[in-house]
Amino acid sequence: MKKRMRMLASLALAGTMVLSMAACGGKSDDAAAKKDDAKTEQAEETPEGKVLNIWCWNDEFQQRFNGYYPEVKEVAEDKSTTTLNDGTVVKWTINPNENNNYQDKLDTALQAQASAAEDDKIDIFLIEADYALKYVDADANVAEPLADLGITDDDLADQYQYTKDIVTDDNGAQRGTSWQATPGLFAYRRSIAKDVLGTDDPEKVQEKLKDWDNFNKVADEASKKGYKMLSGYDDSYRTFSNNVSAKWVDGTTVKVDPNLMTWVDQTKTFTDKGYNNKTSLWDDSWNADQSAKGKVFGFFYSTWGINFTLAGNAGEEGKGDWAVCEGPQPYFWGGTWICAAQGNDNPKTIKDVMLKLTCDKEIEKKITKDTQDYTNTISGMQEFADDPKFGSEFLGGQNHIKLFSEVAPQIDMSKTSPYDQGCNEAFQGAFKDYFDGNADMDTAKKNFETTIIEKYPELTAVEWP
Amino acid sequence: MNNKKKGKSISYARWGYVFIFPFFLVFAIFQLYPLITTIYYSFFEYFRSGLRFIGPRFVGLANYAEIFKADLPKYMGNTMIMWIAGFIPQIVISLILAAWFTDTRLRIKGKQFFKVVIYMPNLIMASAFAMLIFALFSDGGPINGILMNLGIIQQGHPIRFLASVLGTRSLVALMNFMMWFGNTTIMLMAAVMGIDPALFEAAELDGCNHKQIFFRITLPLIRPLLVYTLITSMIGGLQMFDVPQILTNGKGAPNRTSTTMIMYLNNHLFSKNYGMAGAVSVFLFVLCAIFCIIVYFSFNSETDESITGKHKKIKKGARK
Repeated sequence: MKKRMRMLASLALAGTMVLSMAACGGKSDDAAAKKDDAKTEQAEETPEGKVLNIWCWNDEFQQRFNGYYPEVKEVAEDKSTTTLNDGTVVKWTINPNENNNYQDKLDTALQAQASAAEDDKIDIFLIEADYALKYVDADANVAEPLADLGITDDDLADQYQYTKDIVTDDNGAQRGTSWQATPGLFAYRRSIAKDVLGTDDPEKVQEKLKDWDNFNKVADEASKKGYKMLSGYDDSYRTFSNNVSAKWVDGTTVKVDPNLMTWVDQTKTFTDKGYNNKTSLWDDSWNADQSAKGKVFGFFYSTWGINFTLAGNAGEEGKGDWAVCEGPQPYFWGGTWICAAQGNDNPKTIKDVMLKLTCDKEIEKKITKDTQDYTNTISGMQEFADDPKFGSEFLGGQNHIKLFSEVAPQIDMSKTSPYDQGCNEAFQGAFKDYFDGNADMDTAKKNFETTIIEKYPELTAVEWP
Repeated sequence: MNNKKKGKSISYARWGYVFIFPFFLVFAIFQLYPLITTIYYSFFEYFRSGLRFIGPRFVGLANYAEIFKADLPKYMGNTMIMWIAGFIPQIVISLILAAWFTDTRLRIKGKQFFKVVIYMPNLIMASAFAMLIFALFSDGGPINGILMNLGIIQQGHPIRFLASVLGTRSLVALMNFMMWFGNTTIMLMAAVMGIDPALFEAAELDGCNHKQIFFRITLPLIRPLLVYTLITSMIGGLQMFDVPQILTNGKGAPNRTSTTMIMYLNNHLFSKNYGMAGAVSVFLFVLCAIFCIIVYFSFNSETDESITGKHKKIKKGARK
């Protein structure tokens, strides 16, 4: 009996300890948060933090930053940090994007922003078009308005309007800025175009691919010669998903656009007839299809895709074997915006980074010259477009900037919603089973519904066209 | 007075409590408390929408109704199929290997070497192993390359292992088998070696052949360990996660046929839906408990009649 009593007593003690510890934990959190509020109010007088924390999902921005931000002093060997001239250390936190991974990690970190130690606070985070709206929301208030940082409309005047619209909240405050515009084009392999169409001239190729009927015809011809028109299921997805008539989500109902079902039908036909190589975006076979050995006619790619992804996959051997044309439908894909996190401790540095990398015409032009990226300066891009000598070595001397500058003003991002990434990925995933023949149409639809409600518990229903 | 004396006489026991206290403390903080909150939140609507938290709002058993209305039974089936497909070859091969390695008449050379080799796959991280298999069996991977070069399949028409239900499930089962058969073999060997050699000698003198010795002596005597293997493997099987998760890139493709229960749980947890994730966890907890109890009692009642059972009973009785 005694023993049992003692056991119970010790258990009870342990229990109370746990409880009191939990209680303490809660209190100290509150205290920290309060302290922090006080601190941010004084932020303007306090000196800049020693650490600039930047969150992103790949090394694209890192490359731009290290390569073109004038204040960069040195880059660590493993690239995990960058030191600036004034001694500030830039710490990179890179989380892969897929399956809402980056968003979820970022959300957790932003929620802990108030209680995080000074040097652990996020200063800059990057967002993508697919979920930009979630972070620039006025109620969420996680991204600091550019006006608060001291960036004026004049600074941003030379940027494409749509790159400003999408990151502007309901009250008209712009909360992010981008160094690129991302109109999409169709990149094709010159050697295959010559074999199939008898020409590799971008204008003549465009004539043959000007709409989906013609595109399908060329796919058939390519297939007869032993080529594949597209690599995978999702390649043409953006051309359809960007030309929808409404947003993905209305209230708590997911509305599948008829245009997306057109994509499903087209891709099913392509798959059954062997016009594509049955790959999925970003997988090994898809990357391999872009190498010199690939047998795929072309890829739908936007600006960053050509210089960042395609040129990398094609390698030295593929240099000059590629060209771009508008393709059957105008579209855009992706785009990266820089946001200043609310509660950051480096407002001056952030302001300078934004100004230098997204508003400085000379730096932007240099980026375009070096990397072929399409930068966010209307006048600068016009200069390249008008320059007859300008051309991309990778694209066999073609002036792709000219093509992009014709498409860029047409970009309409008014149909984006905060749910785009999850919806797009779930839709592509669910219908992959349909294309593979593992699920019929109804099952694929049901799987999409299941996945979407797993990803976004607040959504209640899915409407099909 | 009396009390004081008593206190002195058991002072060592007090130190005993002090020494086990850290365990209970850690257990309470890291296991008991989360367990209780998990059960608690499973009755709430509680998730993150964008950057805001919704709830917690008490909804009773709605979460449980929801998970059963959704495909939980299907995922349970997936898990069981993949577990059994891996467990059957695992136990068969392990038994054969254990019998061979311990057979004094066979005198296999390099036993130590083989033991190390068969245990090797278990040393690799499950996720790394899954990545490896994913790369090997991908459409443009080495397996397809070899098959094409050998002329077994047509050039340019790879077998799409990961796009077929059978292919994906078989690969998951194969990996689970390869990772665990070494471990099981070594455990069963220990069990076989624990059998009194006199029994084998007696059997041989009586003219038993290999088969008879295996089925009449070895198998009945290692039954307790077989039960243990079955239970641990079943718990491990119910919690199957890393292998299919990495192999299918978290999608449980194709057509969600390789989505296990824990992957389903992970999907909810990933979108910070604590209510639903809690309900799935509690269900899994109960399921595990029920399975364990069923297996434990059904096997133990049988072993009562066997020799070990009687031995145990006698020993237990003696201790009382």
